[in-house]
Amino acid sequence: MRLYSNLIVISNISAFMNAPPPAIVVENLSKTFADLKAVDNVSFSVPRGETVGLLGGNGAGKTTTISMILGLVIPTAGTITVLGHSMATSSHLARRRMNFESPYVDMPKRLTVRENLTVYARLYSVPKPRHRIGQLAADLELTDLLDREFGTLSAGQKTRAGLAKAFINQPDVLLLDEPTASLDPDTADWVRSYIESYLAQHNASILLASHNMAEVERLCSHVLMMVQGRIVDSGRPKDLISHYGRENLEEVFLDIARGQATVAPVMQ
Amino acid sequence: MTVFGLSVERIAAMALRYWYLLKGSWPRIVDIAYWPTVQMVMWGFIQTFVAEKSGFFATAFGILLGAVMLWDVLFRSQISLSISFFEEIWSRNLGHLMVSPLRPTEFIAAMIVMSLVRTLIGLVPATFLAIWFFGYSIYDLGLGLVAFFFSLALFGWAIGLAVSGVILRFGMGAENLAWAFTFGLAPFCGVYYPIEVLPAWMEVVSAALPPAYIFEGMRAVLIEQTFRADLIATALIMNVFYLAGGIAFFLWMLRRAKERGMLLQIGE
Repeated sequence: MRLYSNLIVISNISAFMNAPPPAIVVENLSKTFADLKAVDNVSFSVPRGETVGLLGGNGAGKTTTISMILGLVIPTAGTITVLGHSMATSSHLARRRMNFESPYVDMPKRLTVRENLTVYARLYSVPKPRHRIGQLAADLELTDLLDREFGTLSAGQKTRAGLAKAFINQPDVLLLDEPTASLDPDTADWVRSYIESYLAQHNASILLASHNMAEVERLCSHVLMMVQGRIVDSGRPKDLISHYGRENLEEVFLDIARGQATVAPVMQ
Repeated sequence: MTVFGLSVERIAAMALRYWYLLKGSWPRIVDIAYWPTVQMVMWGFIQTFVAEKSGFFATAFGILLGAVMLWDVLFRSQISLSISFFEEIWSRNLGHLMVSPLRPTEFIAAMIVMSLVRTLIGLVPATFLAIWFFGYSIYDLGLGLVAFFFSLALFGWAIGLAVSGVILRFGMGAENLAWAFTFGLAPFCGVYYPIEVLPAWMEVVSAALPPAYIFEGMRAVLIEQTFRADLIATALIMNVFYLAGGIAFFLWMLRRAKERGMLLQIGE
């Protein structure tokens, strides 16, 4: 097994050696837009069956990192491997088994929810698409909305429809960019519960970018803290909280984001 | 099932997506057929008038109507392809598509299929109305019509892809280019007049444009009752290069858009 010597080691070494290869491996990833270094030499991995949170303020480089993993942005340097496939050379093989959801990317507004899901089911070669859509609609409480145009849905309903699209191919790897942004607390809680139940059933791996620290504490086994394009700290949420001597992850996040962290972690 | 390495299922899924959009909105269908019909009626009456005054137009009746309908094949093929691309940008759906297993070449193939469908929806009613109103049938061109149609459509797709590539690079600020660009070529294509009437420098440009050969070929059929296979073959060979160039340009611009991180912002 290749030793990822320069990676942030999320699990302990013996567990890492016995575990299957990580779902996502990012090595020395950088992205520069003109003069702006949006992502600066970032390395991490997402183990199979785990949820890793990507935290940082606006402009920290979270969305750019996720976009590079998805293949929407071509890195300036570095490599990305998803489910053993290089995203530079064989991304189409990985894409069949991954999916993503972001409130910042819509689906066609004039198509009904059913039509949108049918198109994506066919794009992902989902067997028995009607059955799968019916199943997802029942799980996500979308049955009554299936024949409504996507553009007429409320924010919460759109998020549920977006999640149905994200889960349509029963992905092994899921990238979620602020999945509960702009949702009311009840709907957001409901969405988190659904993600938890999917994880429990499918042993999927999730990379989650979020500003909601309670969400991250609840869903993520590990977190990566990003500031100005760099990962400045990582670890289990509880470990980070105790490491920084804080009450919760939000306080840790604020300390790091404002450059007031009392413990200076040494990373990379 | 794959053809030339392209997934027929994914191409069909994208065609289905555009079909859903089309069938769900009768104004879109009316819009597709409206302008070709209006143009046909207007040029039909002009032709009727000049045929009464001129022996040339009396003997070559249909030369204007044939030209306007074939010109619409070119324009509709180009604009229909561009509109399929714009639909993804308007609905901010490009991100979802580009992270799905859909390959860019399959996306192009789907846009070409829908361009063909839209062009036929727009033009077929106008051709039958021309028979009813003016007693002129473009189908009298016989097998030549098939050659004219596909040659013009190929060039239209090449231009449509090039225009879509420019949109990827410069954003929707360049949207008007999609509507205007093909009209800029019209004076060089000899749609309504022989190329010989053009100044020498314009003739040089015309020689590089496949539609110029097609409209010469159409006039040869209508005026001399001669099918000029040499003109059709020249246009076809040139179109293969133009279409290959259009595809290469679109793929290059897509890559540049990914390098610049524009795919998520392009609809905003």
